[in-house]
Amino acid sequence: MSTLAHPLAPELRVLNGRDLAGLLVSLILVVAPHAERAPWWLAVLVLFLYGWRAYLGYVQGPLPPRWLLFALTAAGVAAVWAHYHTVFGRTPGIMVLCLFSGLKLLETRSHRDAGVVAFLCFFLIITNFFYSQSIPTALLMCVALIAITTTLVGFAAPQRPPRANLRTAGLLLAHAAPTALALFLLFPRVDGPLWGVPEDAYAGITGLSDMMSPGDIAHLALSDAVAFRVEFHGKPPPSAERYWRGPVLWDFDGRNWRAGRPVIAKFKPPRGGGQTYRYSVVLEPNDYRWMYALDTAASLPPRASYTADGVILARRPVRQRIRYELTSVIDPAPDPAANPAALRRALMLPPAYDMRSVRLAHEWREASHSDAEILRRALDFLRKGHFMYTLEPPRLGLDSIDEFLFETKAGFCEHFASAFVFLMRAAGIPARVVTGYQGGDINPVDHVVTVRQWDAHAWAEVYLSGRGWTRVDPTAAAVPGRISSGLEGAVPVGEKIPLLMRSQLHWLRELRYRWEALAYKWNIWVLGYNPQHQRELMSLVGIRDASWRQLTATLFTLLGIFIAVLLAWSLRRLARPDPVQKAWKSFCGKLRARGIERSPYEGPRDYAERAARGLPQAGSAIHRIGELYVALRYGRAAPPARVDELRRLVRDLRLT
Amino acid sequence: MILRTLLANPRFANWLYGFTPPERGVVILRHRRVYIVPTRMGWLYGATLVVLLLGSINYALSLGFALTFILAGLGLAGMVHTARNLARIAVSTGRAEPVYAGESAQFRLLLDGRVPFERPSILVRHVGSGAQLVVDVPAKALAEVVLAVPAAKRGWLALGRVMLETRYPLGLFRAWSYVEPDASCLIYPRPESTPLPSASADVRGGSVHARITGSDDFSALRGYQPSDSPRQVAWKAVARTEKMLTKQFSGESAGELWLDWRLLPDELDLEQRLSRLTGWVIAAQESGAPYGLRLPGSEIAPSRGDAHRAACLRALALFGTA
Repeated sequence: MSTLAHPLAPELRVLNGRDLAGLLVSLILVVAPHAERAPWWLAVLVLFLYGWRAYLGYVQGPLPPRWLLFALTAAGVAAVWAHYHTVFGRTPGIMVLCLFSGLKLLETRSHRDAGVVAFLCFFLIITNFFYSQSIPTALLMCVALIAITTTLVGFAAPQRPPRANLRTAGLLLAHAAPTALALFLLFPRVDGPLWGVPEDAYAGITGLSDMMSPGDIAHLALSDAVAFRVEFHGKPPPSAERYWRGPVLWDFDGRNWRAGRPVIAKFKPPRGGGQTYRYSVVLEPNDYRWMYALDTAASLPPRASYTADGVILARRPVRQRIRYELTSVIDPAPDPAANPAALRRALMLPPAYDMRSVRLAHEWREASHSDAEILRRALDFLRKGHFMYTLEPPRLGLDSIDEFLFETKAGFCEHFASAFVFLMRAAGIPARVVTGYQGGDINPVDHVVTVRQWDAHAWAEVYLSGRGWTRVDPTAAAVPGRISSGLEGAVPVGEKIPLLMRSQLHWLRELRYRWEALAYKWNIWVLGYNPQHQRELMSLVGIRDASWRQLTATLFTLLGIFIAVLLAWSLRRLARPDPVQKAWKSFCGKLRARGIERSPYEGPRDYAERAARGLPQAGSAIHRIGELYVALRYGRAAPPARVDELRRLVRDLRLT
Repeated sequence: MILRTLLANPRFANWLYGFTPPERGVVILRHRRVYIVPTRMGWLYGATLVVLLLGSINYALSLGFALTFILAGLGLAGMVHTARNLARIAVSTGRAEPVYAGESAQFRLLLDGRVPFERPSILVRHVGSGAQLVVDVPAKALAEVVLAVPAAKRGWLALGRVMLETRYPLGLFRAWSYVEPDASCLIYPRPESTPLPSASADVRGGSVHARITGSDDFSALRGYQPSDSPRQVAWKAVARTEKMLTKQFSGESAGELWLDWRLLPDELDLEQRLSRLTGWVIAAQESGAPYGLRLPGSEIAPSRGDAHRAACLRALALFGTA
């Protein structure tokens, strides 16, 4: 008998048109965001496979033979390989998965295959999170999840209308929510990957790098990607003082500036100085170790290290959003201490390049009495030189500094910083290029400062005896508008700048501010949820420094409670006694106490009759109870008023 | 193998299933009696979750965690909902009309949802025969299932064990329960299609005989059979058609037709005799003439009508079964 066909076995249940439609909708929802990164032919191919299956479902035609599917699979994988030169990286792997979803659909006949496709959808959902974990992505994937769940319910209940299945899916997901929340909050999180991740896992991240060539930052300034967000505890400094220090570039080869290997130093907080700011930074992944800090850091985040040129380094490259607390001092007390080797390095120049600039620097040196004077002359040169600030700097040749200073006279901040540091070095003043971000946008809704890639900036630091390393921003000197009114005010009208930077669109900005305030919370509480948050949460319920054992114990306790509640809920509606039946039982009990017991064969009407005869003083009530019971129990409808009457009569029945 | 163990040890099975068959009246599937295990799809779902979790940990995908945990919650909710789809359902049986051996007994099972929500996709399967059906039990209403159980032997056929199973809503879990309602169906002997004995049958070795009072009330001719009296043979028709034909008479005046055990040839065994008698009862009922049934140790006086027929067939069905 076990060989009998089982009507509920998924391998025997044939996929109907509605199931197929559900699967297609789910697949399209989860695959759609990948279209953006897929080569066009792959997007077309996957769409074609879906369309083919939809057509075969519509005309109820036979599915393609297996050899054809094998051939298509092989051809598709080969094409992906030809395009990416591998199929094992993250993006090629995902593309192959998208391809498989279409091919699997083409051999899906039964609910078992359909179930596999539904589970494949779960994988495809998670692949989207590799690229974006924003609120819109999350919402889209929620819709996809509802679609998949509805489809699964549809497999189990093919005769029900889709709306009923949708309702059931909603109910199931609502019931899943408490468990999901408890797991999300309490499931012990691990820091860092369990095994190596593919090489290209962090490709495509925009941001500063440890190398700067002319045009790099101008290119970066076209991106509206968020670099980091800062929440000040107290009033934030004015925009012109918000220099976020990043990589310091020492080595110049005539064209590129390089940071070189970081030199780790003991952290020494500045002694006094100007205003102190406390703030927390939520840093977007950038695949480098730098942790951006305002001006001069006065504290170090835990487990971070500090370089001799004043950059904070994380333990590992930042490959996920991290949050850290910092204190900074703007305009700290002078610290003239310096490493002689570092000062020598800060004077190195590539030989035999940019001779015109070198001569100019030598002239300044001869005509000046102090380093400060040379500095002043250089800034004057930039201020009066009619330099143009542009996002589209002209290309530069071999003598990039000479060409910029004397010929093209148009550039972005990296041109100014690079030329200025070159001139300083040529004049014998130790100098270095500092890259980072300048300014940032304060959101009036939550006062969070958002620093984007378009805020990327490069400036100079020169070593002045007696003062130590001092910041000089040559761009500010040459193009005062850049720092005071931002990029938009500084570049010539007509240059393409990112849409959201244009100040005419006030309402759009307003909307953006609200959205970003929400996104900030999302980043911190959902995406940035980490072991530290878990410990904070546990300390709220009185468990300090919770270990993973305590987390697990709490988690399982909660899960147990949820399941018990869910079971109780499922039984509550089943176990709720029928009020009519309950009243009748109580009535029978009262009569039994008076010695009138109902015989098993006796109908309610006869029983009431007999009881009324035996207890004539309550006869009318007993009669009425019998009548009501029969009407409610066996009648067509049970009006609540009559149910109430029955209950009242039984309650008030006194058989003395 | 487990199934075989259970069949071999009914008491163990009773303990395991939480009831002792047969169950009288309405059977309510209490939670104790509803079993639930993951289906193969359920295991695959679990494996999917493990992979998703590992991926989320490795790539530190916060939303990956969220997805994995929602799916885990969904699995648990699905489990509770699957059990709920069967829990506290009330099973009762309707009347099963008697059938002849060799046909299928039509057992009617009533599933009472008793709840304000639907219970879709419930498989009802007769364990013994494999007869099965999938029904949806509507909210606050009954669903009727007719299980066609093959009836091989005459007598009472007990329904036996019936399995209720559901995989709704997600197909990840399989919940099932066994019931063995106290229902049985009367199975008449397998009828042998055979002409009636003549009303004036030659009764061998006894005083009982069928008497004909109105032989002029001729109604029809039928084929001759060895038990017919030569006086009934329509000799004129035989001469004309060269076929042995027997005259048949109808109406009150046709006299009493006795379907007598002793009219049957000796070479027939018990079941064959009962089959022949059953065939006679059917034929007699069709002819419309009153007939009586005589079995060793019992006798049903000649009469007509459905009730009479039922009484005769019942006597045949239960003959010799205490």
